[in-house]
Amino acid sequence: MMKLLGILIWRDLSHAYGFGGSQGAKAGTRRGGFILPVIFFLAVAAIYPFAVGSDAQLLARTGGGVIWVAALLAAILPLDRLVQPDVEHGFFDQWAVRGLSEEWIMLAKIVAHWLSFGPPLMLATIIAAGLLGLDAAQLRTVEAGLALGTPGLAALGVMIAALTAGLKGGSALGGLMLLPLAVPMLIFGAGSVLPDGENGLLLLAAASLVLVAIAPFAAGAAIRALRE
Amino acid sequence: MHGFANPTRFLSIARPLTPILLWLGVALVAISFYMGLFTTPADRLMGETVRILYVHVPAAWLGMAGWTSIAIASIVELVWRHPLAAIAARASALPGAFFTTLCLITGAIWAKPTWGAWWVWDGRLTSMLVLFFLYLAYMALARESQAEAAAGRSGMSRIAAIFGIVGAVNIPIINRSVVWWNSQHQPPSITMGQSSIDPVFLWPMAIAVLGFSLIFGALVLMRMRTMLAEIRIEGRLRRKAMGASVS
Repeated sequence: MMKLLGILIWRDLSHAYGFGGSQGAKAGTRRGGFILPVIFFLAVAAIYPFAVGSDAQLLARTGGGVIWVAALLAAILPLDRLVQPDVEHGFFDQWAVRGLSEEWIMLAKIVAHWLSFGPPLMLATIIAAGLLGLDAAQLRTVEAGLALGTPGLAALGVMIAALTAGLKGGSALGGLMLLPLAVPMLIFGAGSVLPDGENGLLLLAAASLVLVAIAPFAAGAAIRALRE
Repeated sequence: MHGFANPTRFLSIARPLTPILLWLGVALVAISFYMGLFTTPADRLMGETVRILYVHVPAAWLGMAGWTSIAIASIVELVWRHPLAAIAARASALPGAFFTTLCLITGAIWAKPTWGAWWVWDGRLTSMLVLFFLYLAYMALARESQAEAAAGRSGMSRIAAIFGIVGAVNIPIINRSVVWWNSQHQPPSITMGQSSIDPVFLWPMAIAVLGFSLIFGALVLMRMRTMLAEIRIEGRLRRKAMGASVS
């Protein structure tokens, strides 16, 4: 079982990071998909000062929240590539024939999506923190928050990608579905950056954990519903 | 419970029940509005504006009850594959969204004279706003997935049910997070209901809540009947088309 999960995670990761040779091209997914959300994330962080001015104090005070908003928006971008291509290529049916349940596949997908989404975003946050003038303590809190929150965002993303995989207007709908459900993580994540807001990290971890716990089951049920 | 899976049996109950619920609800709301507008006094602190309570509180209650009924119907749909549950869940969405909107609007109208601004990032208002967005997402998803289900992929109607349950799990978390956020950003001075509501206001409010709930039930039944009628029409047209192509 663990070996199968490892294979599944490796497959998705190699698609996302583009080191899978021609495999990714065969499956019809664009390779190197991890880079687009990161660029988008940095772009949002970079245009924010254009909107509110370059006052260093204002930027430092609001920067943590801006990074969280940017992370949420970046989480919407990969939604239509996460599950839909696999549904179209009968990927889930192949594994169902092998007797692996959809919940396990979805768990592997969540882990793989997190590994291709969380760490690059955390690296990019160092640059974004420089752009927004966060100090070292704030950067540490934001990074800790992202480490705790991105698994939840990845789980939410895979779940919503599975729910919208069979729909024509799925990608536009995905953002509308993701944002309200991500509100608790945004509040706790951005709240933890404020002065004496460290308790927010615990609540953020809890909110993230709830999503990680329910997402494989919701996404698995969605894939089974697609089949009928 | 599967006795009501037969649409004919369901309709035989729903058809007489709809006007009973509707007119009883309208009568109760009229009584509560009369009491609210003429027989109860103005509030000591909030003055005459307190009378919006008799619309605002039932609207807030039904906004949340709407999603609760979506969640219950969704569970029934997923667990027992009850055919009417899918219809009941989708039928509850629009009335729920309507009352959530009504709650937000009356809240804004009430906030202007009492708090001095149309919108305050109060915990209750904010979580109702998030609930409103969840309703929009649910309705869009239900419409899209129903279109796919009508095109022959019957399992697609369960997609909206999954989202309904996920939303129900998250609504309490969203509510708590907003309250926590609020206490961090501003002192929680703007909370109403700390002074317990006087019984003078409580009675008309309870009648209004009951009346609006009955109207809500009537609306859901009406929408369910409409959806069942549409399914019937489609089936009849399909049979007709098939009969025409055979002959």
